[in-house]
Amino acid sequence: MNREDLRAIVLEELSTIAPDIDIDSLDDQARLRDEYDLDSMDALNLLTAVHKRAGVSIPEADYARMHSISELLDYLEPRAAR
Amino acid sequence: MSDFLMPSLGADMEAGTLVEWLVMPGDKVDKGQVIAVVETSKGAIDVEVFESGVVEELYVDPDTRVPVGTSLARIGSGEQVVTERPEAAPPEPEPEPQVETEAVAEPLPLREVPEARPRDKERVRTRASPAARRRARELGVDLAGITGNCPGGAIVLRDIEGTPSRKSKLVRRAAGFDRDEMRKTIAAAMSRSKREIPHYYLATTVDMHAAESWLEAYNRDQAPESRILMAALFMKAAARALERYPDLNGHYTEEGFTPSEQINLGMAIHLRAGGLIAPALLEAESLELPELMTRLQDLVKRARSGGLRASEISGATATVTALGDRGVDTVYGVIHPPQVAMIGFGRVQQRPLAVGDALAIRSAVDISLAADHRVCDGHLGALFLNEIDAHLQQPEAL
Repeated sequence: MNREDLRAIVLEELSTIAPDIDIDSLDDQARLRDEYDLDSMDALNLLTAVHKRAGVSIPEADYARMHSISELLDYLEPRAAR
Repeated sequence: MSDFLMPSLGADMEAGTLVEWLVMPGDKVDKGQVIAVVETSKGAIDVEVFESGVVEELYVDPDTRVPVGTSLARIGSGEQVVTERPEAAPPEPEPEPQVETEAVAEPLPLREVPEARPRDKERVRTRASPAARRRARELGVDLAGITGNCPGGAIVLRDIEGTPSRKSKLVRRAAGFDRDEMRKTIAAAMSRSKREIPHYYLATTVDMHAAESWLEAYNRDQAPESRILMAALFMKAAARALERYPDLNGHYTEEGFTPSEQINLGMAIHLRAGGLIAPALLEAESLELPELMTRLQDLVKRARSGGLRASEISGATATVTALGDRGVDTVYGVIHPPQVAMIGFGRVQQRPLAVGDALAIRSAVDISLAADHRVCDGHLGALFLNEIDAHLQQPEAL
């Protein structure tokens, strides 16, 4: 799975969680929590979906350091199943 | 024998629209089974039947708006089944698999369903989830022309999306509720609350070191789908404290206050498109934390995408509001009538706290209570907040 595949998965799940976000104009650098008003339950649902679809279980401690889509993809890319 | 009525799903609700029957005359129903979907200002709500028996007659057709208390159907022993409804009733009613509302939220694998369904479709009412029906109405799409991709051929939301719309301009309604209508509902309930309920307010700061450490250790070895959020600990601690202080758990009506045996704990859920709904986690006191967490996630999901039940909408006996990461230190709630208490949790964050003889930087949260002064006094409210504090100091026992 390359970065583009992962990005597609993350954005698809994000739009399920927050249908009001305009995925086409999403800024990969923006802070998800603040810019897109994701709460802790939204974030957990996103991690759960990423775990199911990309096979990467992100520990809480690591997730706390990720703030944007870009940082999330940086983390997933080397870990995602090929 | 009894009549199944249009329920009151909020103090201000005067009428509701019957959207869909999930049963047909002759069907056997069990107490608690969802048999109808009703559209309200809070979105489409699944309505349960309160008696086991047989559906003898449906009085009201789908897409009909009727006042609260109107008889919608007759439930009886099955001796007087009336099936000759215009066009709706099939010659040989057969029990129909219940359409799972979860099918709406859970992404379903797209499967090729063989085109063997048209004959069935003429015979059996089109099967579709409430969200799918709602969306189809918004888009002006005829469900009969759609092939469901669910096992069993039921139509779910994703089957509707992408279907060409009849209406030229789509009036967008986010997540199945009408924002203006919901605003009116909130306005009516909160105005009544402030007019009728003499609130008193208390707040206290609670050290969250123990709860946070416990939760961190618990979640460390869990996959994301099994992790627990602090909100679940808050709910459980509040439910346990309400068990001890029943004067805060129940309903206040014309006859006065009636405490509730069960703790149906409402959770204020923010809807992204602008709106607020506080459905209840039924019998929260009896749920172990992992179960409570699963149920809470399910409740939030259904609050946002449809499929809440009538008992969840009107059954809360006290309510919790938790602001979460993006909140502020303290929240003072407004009681949701006919309840008598609103428990507020602010944002958990690092703060200077006195620990023993020293000043320490600890995680802490402000917990507040808005309570009905007609039922209890500040002394009891203070004991109650301290009880929540005590539970949060022993998270392993929650």
